[in-house]
Amino acid sequence: MREVYLDYAATAPVEQRVLHKMNEAFEHVYGNPSSMHLIGRKAKGYVEAARESIAAYIGADPKEIYFTSGGTESDNWALKGVVEAAKQKNAHIITSAIEHHAILHTCAYLEERGCRVTRLSVDANGSVNPQEVEKAICPDTVLISIMTANNEIGTILPVAEIGRIAKKHNILFHSDAVQALGSVKIDVNEMNVDLLSFSAHKIYGPKGIGAMYIRKGTPIANFMHGGAQELSKRAGTHNVTGIVGFGEAVEMLRENDAKYVAHYNQIRTDLYRQIQENVEDVLLNGDEENRLPNNLNISIGYVEGEALLISLDMEGICVSTGSACSSGSMAPSHVLGALGVEDEFIHGTLRLTVGRYTTKEDIDYTAKKIKEVVDRLRAMSPLYKDRRK
Amino acid sequence: MEYTNKVLDHFRNPRNVGELEDANAVGKVGSPSCGDKMEMYLKIEEGIIKEAKFMTFGCAAAISSSSVATELLKGMRVEEALQLTNQRVVEELGGLPEAKIHCSVMVEEAVQAALEDYEQRKKQEII
Repeated sequence: MREVYLDYAATAPVEQRVLHKMNEAFEHVYGNPSSMHLIGRKAKGYVEAARESIAAYIGADPKEIYFTSGGTESDNWALKGVVEAAKQKNAHIITSAIEHHAILHTCAYLEERGCRVTRLSVDANGSVNPQEVEKAICPDTVLISIMTANNEIGTILPVAEIGRIAKKHNILFHSDAVQALGSVKIDVNEMNVDLLSFSAHKIYGPKGIGAMYIRKGTPIANFMHGGAQELSKRAGTHNVTGIVGFGEAVEMLRENDAKYVAHYNQIRTDLYRQIQENVEDVLLNGDEENRLPNNLNISIGYVEGEALLISLDMEGICVSTGSACSSGSMAPSHVLGALGVEDEFIHGTLRLTVGRYTTKEDIDYTAKKIKEVVDRLRAMSPLYKDRRK
Repeated sequence: MEYTNKVLDHFRNPRNVGELEDANAVGKVGSPSCGDKMEMYLKIEEGIIKEAKFMTFGCAAAISSSSVATELLKGMRVEEALQLTNQRVVEELGGLPEAKIHCSVMVEEAVQAALEDYEQRKKQEII
């Protein structure tokens, strides 16, 4: 059976080039980068080279890059660390309703401990209005956290403008750039950010490694206590091979990101066109223009998302749904809920994310199978029957 | 989410799909906002279910539960059908993931609604 992977937003395979570099590190670089001797210094060289690559790619100083275990840790650290360092009662955080759970659940945790959180609603395209951010600012506000691009619906948010507002009011600004890295130009100064979260496995690097950009002078408490790694801000022996893989994955972006984006865009646009031509009653979620080049998020009317996902899985096509009936409540994701998609469509949501290895044949096959599956499910859907009447 | 082969079989090749033109017992439960809607159509003659069909908007568990229920219902007496529980449907499917048990409950409710409809029609002597 043909196997088609269209879930690159969940994770991407490790690139051969990245794997080779990691293998080299596994074989020859066993030292602890914190050791003073020759073997330790050699490992440190690899770690620092990766740090420099990442810093160069986002317009930062290498001293502003801190390695973490991934996007979730970075998000947790940004929020909890800034709140703790603020040493302020009733600290206020401004975020959006469509953030990743790593942000929203951390906000809920902080609320239980006395913080106040404003979750800004989004417009029909899933974007945050910077003016709403400004209006939400109050004397207690210690942090604004708005993602660079949404992982589900692909909308790219106006972070540079939000960053300007944060700067004007002298409030720290964090952005979760996990999904944006490699698809959207990231420049910490243009974006006016103080903190940025990254993850390696979304950019064809290994899982279990990520980073946070922390602008020099940003007051933030430690998240991990222990050794003096990462300028004494994030303790724990370095994940050397992971860091090496992350660095190499970023090197590949530095060399080829425009080429990758052009490929994503072309193949994603082709997939959407074919689905539109073959299937009626399909809605695009997220902003049509301002969206991640590899993301297609659609709601297919009168059919249910998990039924679509499993049917496509049976045809070897791996996609994701933001509306899986995974609990008794059958609730669609918080992101789709925030968009206000209508009932007959919201449950039939599919997220298809293309990648470097997605081919024209993959897309043609997928569009054909989506039509077959939708036809089959609609033939037994009472909602579709009622619509036709 | 792990489904049994029986669930996947009924999901892929559901039995008895469609509207039953001459049904005399129709049960509709769920709504688009809940993410699943089920319609059960039965044709009952002399207290025995002669025909059973369904239409379902929902996940694989909802579709396979409806499908397997129509198979169970065919040939059943009304009194037996009234006793059809969601556990029986789950058993027939070889099990359902815990989070999907509510789908089998919906089927039970759809059957109950259809049988209630049948009683109503009988009372109004439209049968």
